[in-house]
Amino acid sequence: MRSIIEYFTDIFKGVWSLLVGLKVTGSYFFRPWTIITQKYPENRKKLVMPDRFKGELIMYHNESNEHKCTGCGICENNCPNGTIEVISKSIVNEEGKKKRILDKYVYRIGMCVFCGLCVKSCPSNALTFIPTFEHAVFDRSKLTKILNKPDSKIMKGEE
Amino acid sequence: MEEIKSEILDKEKQEYTINMGPQHPSTHGVLRMVVSLKGEIVQNLVPHIGYIHRGIEKMCESLTYPQIIHLTDRVDYLSAHINNEALSLCVEKALEIEVPERVKYIRTIMSELTRIQSHQLFWASFGMDLGGLTCFFYGLRDREKILDIFEETCGGRMIVSYNTPGGLMYDIHPNFQKKVKDFIKDFKKLLPEYDQLLTGNVIFHERTKGIGILSKEDAISYGVTGPSGRASGFACDIRKIEPYSAYSKVDFKEILFNEGDTFHRYFARMEEMRESMKIIEQLIDNIPEGDYCVKMKPIIKLPEGEYFQRVETARGELDVYIISDGNKTPYRVKLRTPSFCNLGALNLIAKGGKIADLVAIGGSLDFVIPDIDR
Amino acid sequence: MPFNIYDFTSFTQWIDKGLYDSLPAFWAMIIEMTIIGVAILIFYAIVGLFLVYAERKVCAFMQNRLGPNRVGPFGIFQTITDLIKLLFDELVPIKNADKFLFNLAPFIVIIASFMAIAAIPFAKGLHAIDFNIGVFYVIAVSSMGVIGVLLAGWSSNNKYSLIGAMRSGAQIVSYELSVGLSLITIVILAGSMQLSTIVEGQKDCWFIFSGHISAFIAFIIFLIASTAETNRGPFDLAEAESELTAGYHTEYSGIKFAFFFLAEYINMFIVASIAATVFWGGWMPFHVANWTAFNHIMDFIPPFIWYIGKTAVVIYLMMWFKWTFPRLRIDQLLKLEWKYLLPINLVNVLLMALIVLMGWHF
Repeated sequence: MRSIIEYFTDIFKGVWSLLVGLKVTGSYFFRPWTIITQKYPENRKKLVMPDRFKGELIMYHNESNEHKCTGCGICENNCPNGTIEVISKSIVNEEGKKKRILDKYVYRIGMCVFCGLCVKSCPSNALTFIPTFEHAVFDRSKLTKILNKPDSKIMKGEE
Repeated sequence: MEEIKSEILDKEKQEYTINMGPQHPSTHGVLRMVVSLKGEIVQNLVPHIGYIHRGIEKMCESLTYPQIIHLTDRVDYLSAHINNEALSLCVEKALEIEVPERVKYIRTIMSELTRIQSHQLFWASFGMDLGGLTCFFYGLRDREKILDIFEETCGGRMIVSYNTPGGLMYDIHPNFQKKVKDFIKDFKKLLPEYDQLLTGNVIFHERTKGIGILSKEDAISYGVTGPSGRASGFACDIRKIEPYSAYSKVDFKEILFNEGDTFHRYFARMEEMRESMKIIEQLIDNIPEGDYCVKMKPIIKLPEGEYFQRVETARGELDVYIISDGNKTPYRVKLRTPSFCNLGALNLIAKGGKIADLVAIGGSLDFVIPDIDR
Repeated sequence: MPFNIYDFTSFTQWIDKGLYDSLPAFWAMIIEMTIIGVAILIFYAIVGLFLVYAERKVCAFMQNRLGPNRVGPFGIFQTITDLIKLLFDELVPIKNADKFLFNLAPFIVIIASFMAIAAIPFAKGLHAIDFNIGVFYVIAVSSMGVIGVLLAGWSSNNKYSLIGAMRSGAQIVSYELSVGLSLITIVILAGSMQLSTIVEGQKDCWFIFSGHISAFIAFIIFLIASTAETNRGPFDLAEAESELTAGYHTEYSGIKFAFFFLAEYINMFIVASIAATVFWGGWMPFHVANWTAFNHIMDFIPPFIWYIGKTAVVIYLMMWFKWTFPRLRIDQLLKLEWKYLLPINLVNVLLMALIVLMGWHF
């Protein structure tokens, strides 16, 4: 007799658990306002990225096209896998002294691991990460970027 | 003719071998399993690993200590914060520096958030392996909220590189505390749905109860730690045995069961999510003010010797062992990863079961393949 | 042209008379059959396309996402483009496979479901074949699909396909018992196997209400058993993607795979329409015994819409099951049938016989 009662209680408990599960999915079906899909290419204008997101490394330039990089090469030493290459040249400045300034700042975004050590270790705070994320290109040479803009000079007071 | 007839009738020779190759929808990643079966019953299972071996331990020998952090992120990508913390704690222990209280609290909160997010992904993929495809979407939808919190503070969602020897890379974002509190409130309402959908389901019970039993002695001898080991009764929670960061200040339960079957390995993770939320609630309002980093020398050199640190990741016990000879790069870094030892028990518990149970058992042990191969 | 949306008999008789008047009897019969065949084929194709789209949208809404939404407005052309892509697929020839059986198997599956559609009453007068053993015919003909499955597994020359086909075959054959017995329950209540009589007999009250407990249990069992028969929902171990093999249709590609795929959805449609016809009244509107005003309002909606609506609800229930529950293992599946569904079914048949004899139905 007990096994018959167990048989029926098993059936009822099983069916009840299934109905509870159905209620969960059914409640989402009848609430289409809970859909969280974002239609990506159409919502580019409304997209808000958090500003700390590590999308791409840039060198900060102000309005008069001046940057803060002295070409010291500390970021190149701290980078784990050789993503950064600092090419500097020596010029003679107005006072007649020989100085080293930055010629080209090569950043290979295809190799970057986004660890943030270059940003942290720069003594003049010249680098920062910006939250752009659309980096796909058809031509691999476009992944090697030169971060200092042409004709830009170092800011006064940074040397 | 006589030989063929005797071969067909000889039941021993009816064993056949199949290959669940590196590309398979239900082994989570590139794991190759060579399974020999007799009919439907598994006789023997040999895992072949190494498809994603990147030589992390060797690479560490040519990098300085802050540079190793980005590699530990990628060992077990679902416990990124905890892996970073392991290395940072080992280096801090070697240099004998004491980090501020603020750093300890933030590290613990981030670790617990990482644990919740890893268990959410476990729930999602376990449900999907067993056939309930909606579980995948619900689990990932809720995990997005934690990833948004990480993105705002650390700049990355899965690859974070937030902990560093000496403290943290940056201070927390002003919105951090409010967002974490909102998340906990929302998730507490959503977690019963997970139970209604999968945990109480009678089909799920039939598929997982009594399947793949791992006894306590076997768990200890194979070194199965984490929720898989605790479901068999092995009390191995490092947060209780050797508390680090702020774990000595919080009050939480260690989840232990005795049965050791697939269902209890799953259930231990669900309960752990609740305990993690309790830990975060105790800490989130009381973060002390202070510095987020200790001033370190530009080049960190560890004194000569051997240093060891254990932490509890979402999968089990992770140990970092550094041998230093006084230079700025270590002589040897060894990582004892939890998934590698958990995989060793797969052959033992899948033997004698059906092939359809192999998927459930593999999913419940919850390995991440880069953790096995490093 | 007498076209009455409430009663198609005048329309079909007009066509019939027109053909027999203008042509010799033999040719009129051939042309009539061709018209019916083409009409059913077109219906078949449209329903298949629509059901695939509906499944993807329904499962997407349950999973908090949008589903197909780029190809055409709201993604309605998605299935057509999928079909075009399948047509361009390379048909991979199999070495050492039995070519005749390999090519025959998808056709058998399609023919079985095609024959079953012919017997379903879509609206008053829109009923291709009206046997006096209608229910028996439908069950018998839909069982022919098993032959297609087994042939597909055998002729693929692949041991995993064979295992999958054997499992699938065992599953279908076991669950046919439950389907048959639950339909017999209603035949006892209705008193006849002819489908049009069954629908007419629900004029005052649908059978699921008039047979109360017994018909309700029969409905639940029919729903579970037919989900298992069509290899859908929580019973799809034989063809599940995350298991070891892809089942009996592993070696098929292109249009032949499209046949299996389409046949699965059409089978679901057939099973849903049988359930709607036999339990929920087919094209008969919802009448309550003596409320004539209410009945007049219900009669206003055309019967075809009632039929489509009921079938759509049953199809939604089947999709709901699939996307919520995890899968059952093959031995648990068979245990469910032989230990739980079959005994309950037998007891239910006795119960219904008792109800009918004692006159305890409405």
